[in-house]
Amino acid sequence: MTLTLGHFLSLGAMLFALSVVGIFLNRRNLIVLLMAIELMLLAVNTNFVAFSYYLHDMHGQIFVFFILTVAAAESAIGLAILVLLFRNKSNINVDELNSLKG
Amino acid sequence: MSVTTGLFYLFSAILLLAAFRVITARNPVHAVLFLVLAFVQASMLWMLLKAEFLSISLVLVYVGAVMVLFLFVVMMLDVNLEDLREGFWTHFPLAAVVGVVIALEMSYVLMGGFRLSEDLSGKAVNVAGVVQVSNTKELGLLMYNHYLYPLEVATAVLLVAMIVAIALTLRVRKNTKYVQPGYQVRIKSKDRMTVLKMVATKAAVEPTAADANPETKA
Repeated sequence: MTLTLGHFLSLGAMLFALSVVGIFLNRRNLIVLLMAIELMLLAVNTNFVAFSYYLHDMHGQIFVFFILTVAAAESAIGLAILVLLFRNKSNINVDELNSLKG
Repeated sequence: MSVTTGLFYLFSAILLLAAFRVITARNPVHAVLFLVLAFVQASMLWMLLKAEFLSISLVLVYVGAVMVLFLFVVMMLDVNLEDLREGFWTHFPLAAVVGVVIALEMSYVLMGGFRLSEDLSGKAVNVAGVVQVSNTKELGLLMYNHYLYPLEVATAVLLVAMIVAIALTLRVRKNTKYVQPGYQVRIKSKDRMTVLKMVATKAAVEPTAADANPETKA
């Protein structure tokens, strides 16, 4: 039994489903939400690399490169916002972030 | 079942286990450490897919920089963990069922739909007569020729992210004293020291009788 593209795509799907469940479960904890988003991006990147390998197309790997760049920028800004939030409200509970609510 | 297949199953099992622990860990520090494990396993999987440059850069950039940043922030914040986990286990059964259904359905479709295996693709390479170059070189050639403009945009994104992160977290303390650099640069040597003209010798003041009297009495 050799590895097919379906194996890697299924792995990506499982990882993505796990991180969706993680977002659903940890709705209050902003840090774990950010980590679940990182896991989602990892699943998508794995799909890209698998397609790139099986279709012999390097453009997929370039895309992974750009996704990594954007994910790094996103997590840096997200963590900066998190630090700012903790400094002002002294907790990171998502439920209490309702200052903008009318 | 070849060695590659066995390695694939090993790495993906550890990856899924680590991902599961990331979303269920009680302590955020443990969650970050499991996330590091997940990223390392994913990098091993990419190595199996012959994406060497990306897998090494995933470990270097992601595990080395982004995860350390996460760890920094998690350890810096002193959060009440029990507050944040309220209602975790009540939602767990529903979430688990939904997640398993999503994963199984997607796996069923994907396993049936994508039967592409390595043997077929290996044949395609020989037909095309592609010269084998290293993964890094191939990636670099493509990136700096075909994707030069997106690369510039990506660097701009990183620069903006850096500026934003600094600008957001920069805190100006009002009550601390500090030197203004502008003043420091602008100052001349003659501003620092002024030479006063004064006579070299000066007569001592004569002690008067009023000054001397209290001392003798005491």
